[in-house]
Amino acid sequence: MSRSPFIRGQRMTILLGILSIQVILVVLQLWLLTATMDSFLAGRDSVVVPAALASLGCFALNIGLLRYLRALDR
Amino acid sequence: MNDDAPGRAATAPDGGPDDAQPAWRRDFPIDSLEDDYRSRRDFTKLLTLTSLAFVAGQTWIALLAARRRARGAPPRLAIARLDELSPGGAKVFAYPAAGDACVLVRMRTGELVAYGQKCTHLSCPVIPRPDEGRFRCPCHEGSFDLRTGRVISGPPRRSLPRVTLDVVDGTIYATGLAEGIV
Repeated sequence: MSRSPFIRGQRMTILLGILSIQVILVVLQLWLLTATMDSFLAGRDSVVVPAALASLGCFALNIGLLRYLRALDR
Repeated sequence: MNDDAPGRAATAPDGGPDDAQPAWRRDFPIDSLEDDYRSRRDFTKLLTLTSLAFVAGQTWIALLAARRRARGAPPRLAIARLDELSPGGAKVFAYPAAGDACVLVRMRTGELVAYGQKCTHLSCPVIPRPDEGRFRCPCHEGSFDLRTGRVISGPPRRSLPRVTLDVVDGTIYATGLAEGIV
């Protein structure tokens, strides 16, 4: 039996919200990757490490959201 | 009422009551709301994996950049004699490594310029056209300015990487890369 404090309809709404945020984060990471590759090929290395850290931050957020979702289902 | 309660009837895709559903659906009751929830939840896992793949890509670029820094500055290399090149002439040379094709051009004005020969679009070799003041890429009709290496037209978005030159006692030396990688 589910111990979640939310009914299924509420959980679906939360899930859709999380899904939207994840899609935005992944699109941001895609943009970061293409922009970083373009800068790298143009010989500008200064953006490489900050972009990698930003991408890692997006991934950490995604992991956090996924963990929240798993906790929601327990 | 909690719709997670055990024993609750499955929700049909059309949301109608159970007795209005066809017989096969009563025999195989699929809870469409739960099904939607689970498939979307699984999609978040896929998105998180995609996110991890992007981090791996960024790490790969950072490693390439670190390796480039570790190699240090390109060497000073004699690439041609000044009297080898008449105005409007060109010579292909390898710089900074043996497989990195570059092209040296002596413009009609006598000025010397050198660039990496790979088009920044899809790496086809560019062809110098000193009379037209441009490099032309035959693959997709890209054009670069001969004097600056900047894109004039076509699909390339980045300038050609410029090789810095020095002329000492009639010998032309490549001394480094001003912009980009060859």
